[in-house]
Amino acid sequence: MAFDYMPYIRQEKMPHMWCPGCGIGTVMKSMIRSFSELEWAPEDIAVVSGIGCTSRLPGYLNVNTLHTTHGRAISFATGIKMHRQDKHVVVISGDGDGSAIGGNHLIHAARRNIDITVIINNNNIYGMTGGQYSPTTPLGAKAATAPYGNLEPSFDLVKLLTGAGASFVARGQVGNGKQVAQLLKKAFEHKGFSFVEIVSNCHTQFGRRNKMADPMNMVNWINDRAVSERKWEKMSDDDRAKHFPVGVLHEDTERPEYCDTYEKLIAKLAEQQSA
Amino acid sequence: MTDNGHNVKFWPGNIVVAEAAIAAGCNFFGGYPITPSSEIAHHMSALLPRHGGHFIQMEDEIGAMGSVIGASLAGAKALTATSGPGMSLKLENLGFGYMVEAPCVVVNVMRGGPSTGLPTHPAQADLMQARWGTHGDHPTIAIAPSFHQEIYMETIRAFNLAEQFRMPVILLLDEVLGHLSEGVIPPEPGSFEIINRKMDTGDPKTFLPYNVEKEDVPPFRPYFDGATWHTTGLNHDATGFPTTNPEYIKSDMERHIRKVLGNRDKIDKVEYYMADDAEIGVISFGSTARAAMAAVKKAREAGVKVGMLRPVTVWPFPKDQVYEFGRDKKYLVVPEFNMGQMVYEVERAVHFDRPIKRVNKVGGVPIYPNEILAAIEEVA
Repeated sequence: MAFDYMPYIRQEKMPHMWCPGCGIGTVMKSMIRSFSELEWAPEDIAVVSGIGCTSRLPGYLNVNTLHTTHGRAISFATGIKMHRQDKHVVVISGDGDGSAIGGNHLIHAARRNIDITVIINNNNIYGMTGGQYSPTTPLGAKAATAPYGNLEPSFDLVKLLTGAGASFVARGQVGNGKQVAQLLKKAFEHKGFSFVEIVSNCHTQFGRRNKMADPMNMVNWINDRAVSERKWEKMSDDDRAKHFPVGVLHEDTERPEYCDTYEKLIAKLAEQQSA
Repeated sequence: MTDNGHNVKFWPGNIVVAEAAIAAGCNFFGGYPITPSSEIAHHMSALLPRHGGHFIQMEDEIGAMGSVIGASLAGAKALTATSGPGMSLKLENLGFGYMVEAPCVVVNVMRGGPSTGLPTHPAQADLMQARWGTHGDHPTIAIAPSFHQEIYMETIRAFNLAEQFRMPVILLLDEVLGHLSEGVIPPEPGSFEIINRKMDTGDPKTFLPYNVEKEDVPPFRPYFDGATWHTTGLNHDATGFPTTNPEYIKSDMERHIRKVLGNRDKIDKVEYYMADDAEIGVISFGSTARAAMAAVKKAREAGVKVGMLRPVTVWPFPKDQVYEFGRDKKYLVVPEFNMGQMVYEVERAVHFDRPIKRVNKVGGVPIYPNEILAAIEEVA
């Protein structure tokens, strides 16, 4: 039987606002597949976003959806999760929204190890505002505000989040949608802060400026650089410079989850009070 | 300590806010350390887990405001507290709170500014920021109590108004009130009104999050309560989804403003002091009103017919009450602990038709009663 996406989609909101061939579609499809496989009821899920193309995703999902201010989605999600720890809270963000203006919330949510999943659709550019360079635009790549090539080194989001204390860190890419869905499912199942970077294509704003205006050219450019962690381990530094590892890249199941720790405090204080 | 059987507490104003918030049913606090408001966070971090609620110290002021709105949309009665620079940082998300109609209370314990200003000294210079700080048109409810018993009751009222009108409510204190200790008698639970947001009781499958057909305040349904609704800071229609329809946006903006200005009987609050037969009128709010009352009393003792109006709800500004109070006065005296902010509202309220003596002070030292007394004597 064909997979039924409909319970998780607001059909009346279609057609969506993304450019034809945009990588965000793969992310959305993968999210839905994972929700469905985990049998999460739509009303038990909150998907929170900030501002940007990726942050428009929640509007098409038939769950509780919150489209917040630029960069701040994780802080809203933190409030939701603390008040309703029994529910599923997911943040979807772009590279600019999530790692530039929202970078502070990103690293601190990871440090706390609060049980939310943050997905960053990393298309290496500010898409909605017109193709300005982001913290993940490759050095030398062209952008609306880098007409002579990007002068700034970029973030490795996987390393950033691992260093910040995230207990689950993965990377996928839109050339392999099946793997993206598998990674998201694992991230959703993980107890604690989980982070998934999805390397994605914005052929409209990034591709056109960097000789990849056709979506498939850009997806292939991404796909050809993705390697498994096992392959990555064996690569020379020169080879690594031309590739990036995908898969579950860091996992720590021992680190205490923040809300659990807080509930234990509430229970302990209640015990003291009644004693 | 008991006084005639009452349970008298001797608390700084910041502690009063925290205690009253718990009494009002607050079960979430998201904050960030900043002087002179930090004691509110300290006390909430101790009280909330004892009451089954949640405290979090966020990574910045912006995140604190975000967490409060997130918790509110999930059904919490949420509080944050800050001062000057922190309030400036919170303003974007405060506007989001107005837009999505998320009930919450935001305390600004005012300090000297602009910028870092005078972190450990008081001021009343954020009055206009409370009204106009965030971008775009929106109504504001802001409350500025003067005494600790009043801080207690007005904190509860701030939660009630936030819940009743589904919007952020600003509680303005200043460093004087926040750190000054004064006797408070916490009222018995059940002896004061607690208002909670009106809930939607219809079929969750057909829930319209901004259904304002029948009333100006849309009934609320928290996340995870059977519905799957959308919230956005974009202008939105009854479904919660974005709209760019000019007619709808106009009518919705009018509704936002009407839900405050059309309910002034439930929001307005002014207090009068020795106002009968007064020929000179003093108008003052917050901690400065304490000094103003002392000055009025002294002037009365010296035979000057002076009285006072004290706005407790400062936004919406009590323009009708100020007009009634001021229209027959020989002179109005407006002491405020800033370079002149409320005086603009007073001028408008009395149709620029009364002479006004401004008493302004900055620099971190409060206005003394004798400074206000001198101004009263000057115009008497």
